Amino acid sequence: MPSIPSSVVDADNECLIGGASEAFLCRRAFWNRVAAWLLFTAAAASVLVTLGIVYVLIRDSIPFFEQVPLSEFLTDTQWTPVFKNARFGVMTLVSATLTVAAIALVVAIPAGLGLAIFLSEYANPKLREAVKPFLELLEGVPTVVYGFFALLFLTPMLQTVIPGLSGFNLLAPGLVMGIMILPYTASVSEDAMRSVPMGLREAGYALGFSRFRVAAQVVIPAALSGITAAFILGMSRAVGETMVVAIAAGQNPNFGFDPLEGAATITAYIVQMAMGDLPHGSIAYQSVFAAGLVLFLITLLFNLIGFYLRRRFREVY
Amino acid sequence: MANSSLANAQIESARIVAANRRTDLLMASIGILVLGIATLLLTSVFVGLLASGWDRLINPDFYTHFPSRHPQQAGIISAIVGSSLVMLVTAVIAIPLGVAAGLYLEEYAPKNWLTDLIEINVSNLAGVPSIIYGLLALGLFVYAFSLGETILTAGLTLALLILPVIIVATREAVRSIPLELREAAYGLGADKWQVVRMYVLPAARPGIFTGVIVGLARAIGEAAPLITIGALTFIAFLPPLPVQATPPFVNFDWLTSPFTVMPIQLFNWVSRPQAEFHVNAAATGVVLMVMTLAMNALAIYVRLRLRRLHR
Repeated sequence: MPSIPSSVVDADNECLIGGASEAFLCRRAFWNRVAAWLLFTAAAASVLVTLGIVYVLIRDSIPFFEQVPLSEFLTDTQWTPVFKNARFGVMTLVSATLTVAAIALVVAIPAGLGLAIFLSEYANPKLREAVKPFLELLEGVPTVVYGFFALLFLTPMLQTVIPGLSGFNLLAPGLVMGIMILPYTASVSEDAMRSVPMGLREAGYALGFSRFRVAAQVVIPAALSGITAAFILGMSRAVGETMVVAIAAGQNPNFGFDPLEGAATITAYIVQMAMGDLPHGSIAYQSVFAAGLVLFLITLLFNLIGFYLRRRFREVY
Repeated sequence: MANSSLANAQIESARIVAANRRTDLLMASIGILVLGIATLLLTSVFVGLLASGWDRLINPDFYTHFPSRHPQQAGIISAIVGSSLVMLVTAVIAIPLGVAAGLYLEEYAPKNWLTDLIEINVSNLAGVPSIIYGLLALGLFVYAFSLGETILTAGLTLALLILPVIIVATREAVRSIPLELREAAYGLGADKWQVVRMYVLPAARPGIFTGVIVGLARAIGEAAPLITIGALTFIAFLPPLPVQATPPFVNFDWLTSPFTVMPIQLFNWVSRPQAEFHVNAAATGVVLMVMTLAMNALAIYVRLRLRRLHR
């Protein structure tokens, strides 16, 4: 048998053979393995982050649910954690959260869909190349800035049109949030539309369809699961968005879906409690984690549906 | 008679063509309109902030003073220093960790359940709301690890937050490197680690760089996860300097110092009832926006240049 190493790339076995050049290969094999392990550790560490999140949320929620029965938590319509007679009806916070997210979607769905159709089916490549970076730029604006804008510019502006609008309300943050998630939803749904095979469009044109009809009756149905995924993921972002609502939506836990009144969302409640000095281990402290758990589960649900739809869409094309 | 039906058909098709043109025009104008509204919003946010914060922005004291009870004397020096130091910690933790994880997933990971788990996990982490990272930091770093409400805790928290961004950017950059480059290196006798370290990583560097910049731009504008760890306090001092004149010249005391950052300072000022503080908030918003927009623009520029290079 020749003593030439069988494979330099996979130099694992060379350590068994003696000699100067083999010692070199042996050292190399060792460092190769060390590097691979280090890289693996880094990738595995990302799993630890998720485990850490789940651990923290559940650990601090357990003592909370020992004191507050789950049925009360889910059905009560009062949220008064620091009152003497504290009540914990999380639906109070959830209703405001969903109201803001719904307003955001009312803005983002037509605007995002219109923009995506325009970019994917109408715009020439040059314009598209110019618009995409611009959308990224829009995505990069810090959310505190949007919150400031919603409270001190948009709300006063809307008050001149809608006299009954409170200083803190759900409408202004919802509208701002719609614009905030617009770049994301538009670019994800545009990606979905563009990955619809050209042959489908050409088939439509061969039947004498107009460009609009191809877009509306061929491209959108074909890309529907990808587009739905875009808006579900956008909704998830709106639900988890914090600073805009913490600044502009107010901090009163009101059950209801009135966009003209202010109400605390889940995220705004967490911020509000974190701003005060919460005694570690008190029920108010634990309620923050219980609210966080609800938020985590809602966004997780949306994300999983979104990922599932996106993956299914990718498998089709 | 045949002639007239031909003429009718021509008129009919001309009508259809004209109608199609109209819908095309309508769709194009909807697209342009949405873009126009988005542009208008971005500019009106910026111009609005600039106009309300102008008095403070042109005052050099704003950049050298500490926050104060008197709005005219309040400044953002502690927030600027705090943001810089927190970003330093974030970068030092998130870049090596994210790049290593990305390299592993693209170059090393075998096709098995563990890899699937890691991949699903990374894409899910990217969708976790930032405030949840704040709760993680509060429960784990502040209380369980007793790190307190410090620069180290803040940097760690934001590092975890932007980890998925860096991992995804690294993966995309590594994936776009042609297989031939790796094969050429293997052909010269390089082993796997050498290929990754000496060929793949340098070639992926611009792509990774854009991801890092986008991630850091996001981290610098985040307030929510830092508020939950209790960073919303009145900070009228600077952390100890990282460098000193006496050996060993570097000093890590700053890691355990309390801090404030720019988005939190903005939030603090905007939550006050007095309008004078809103002026400070607007000025801080301008500084923050300029920084994040510049960082994002840099990332976009690098990517566009890269794309032209690849063509």
